[in-house]
Amino acid sequence: MAFIDYYEVLGISKTATEKDIKAAYRKLARKYHPDLNPNDEQAHKKFQQLNEANEVLSDPDKRKKYDQYGENWQHGEAYEHAQRQQQSQQRNYGGGGGQAFDFDGFSGGGEDFSDFFQSMFGGAAGGGGGRRQAKYRGQDYNAELHLDLKEASETHKQTLTVNGKNIRITIPAGVENGQTIKIAGHGGPGANGGPGGDLYIKFLVADDPRFKRKGADLYVNTKLDIYTAILGGEITAETLTGKVKVKVKPETQNGTKVKLKGKGLPVYKKEGEFGDLIISYEIELPTNLTDKQKQLFEELAKSSA
Amino acid sequence: MSTKHLITTTDFCVYHHLEHSFIADLQDAGLVEIKIVNNTTYIPESELQKLERMIRLHTDLDINVAGIEAISHLLQRIEDIQEEMRLLQNSLRAYE
Repeated sequence: MAFIDYYEVLGISKTATEKDIKAAYRKLARKYHPDLNPNDEQAHKKFQQLNEANEVLSDPDKRKKYDQYGENWQHGEAYEHAQRQQQSQQRNYGGGGGQAFDFDGFSGGGEDFSDFFQSMFGGAAGGGGGRRQAKYRGQDYNAELHLDLKEASETHKQTLTVNGKNIRITIPAGVENGQTIKIAGHGGPGANGGPGGDLYIKFLVADDPRFKRKGADLYVNTKLDIYTAILGGEITAETLTGKVKVKVKPETQNGTKVKLKGKGLPVYKKEGEFGDLIISYEIELPTNLTDKQKQLFEELAKSSA
Repeated sequence: MSTKHLITTTDFCVYHHLEHSFIADLQDAGLVEIKIVNNTTYIPESELQKLERMIRLHTDLDINVAGIEAISHLLQRIEDIQEEMRLLQNSLRAYE
């Protein structure tokens, strides 16, 4: 994890007083608080940074260390130990060479910085800034579940693994892309025996190469040869559940839409109700005509002139 | 017969270090539903999540009941707009 300038995070100078820090934190927390920014990942991350910054800068001891050692503040003791050794060496060898202390040995553990905070905010560390740690229900978890259109069209069960626990959920037919369902009590455990959080599952329904979806209705483009379009006839159309025969009226125009009632997707949580399948005809003009065919078209053209 | 989970407001206030008056103010503002059974006030479990969010706004950000009321309305509007946007985005995909 890269070094974070907590003063910059809170938008204050290094000489800021405790009151300045508190005021800056409150002001920014009001802007980025997760409860005020639902479904905003950026705001959640920013709020975490604010909390980290406030946790360090509002605690005089932590702030002193942070100011003294900068990005290596959490390794302050190791730094002091190394400095003592260095001074001792300088005394032993009489070398006043002014060798600069190499911070690399400490900064290699950049990942520890984040872990340190996780353990600190997990409740292990106390005494930060005197702010009361409220007891809440467990954290809500968010998960994403990818489905294709076929899967979204059928009520089915899926097993999810959340934090090592298997949860079997029923996915109702007709779920929409981006729709979220709540599984109560399957989030993080509550603090100090509080109730568990909830698990929110967001469904991401992939686009289908054949069908476009609008609510429970499906749209499909179907090619139609010119002869069937003019004379009428029957075609085989694809639906989500199989093929059906569709009658084509004579003199069907390009772009004509035909609605197959009830051949769309099931309506979410309305058993027995289905959307429609709307077929748009794309009339194909013949190519590579034979002389005979050209002659017939010419006769046709003359007769309609 | 369906079972309803209720939490006494006293237990809730002790747990969250809150004054009873805070819950009463929220109830007066129509922000939380309180049930009275045999002269004891209860919070339905279904209200818990919403109520705890309001408590966080109060304790974390020093927002008073009037502010919480305004925020609750605005958050509801944001959620409605987000839902509408999701539905519109899905509709637009049909034309892509």
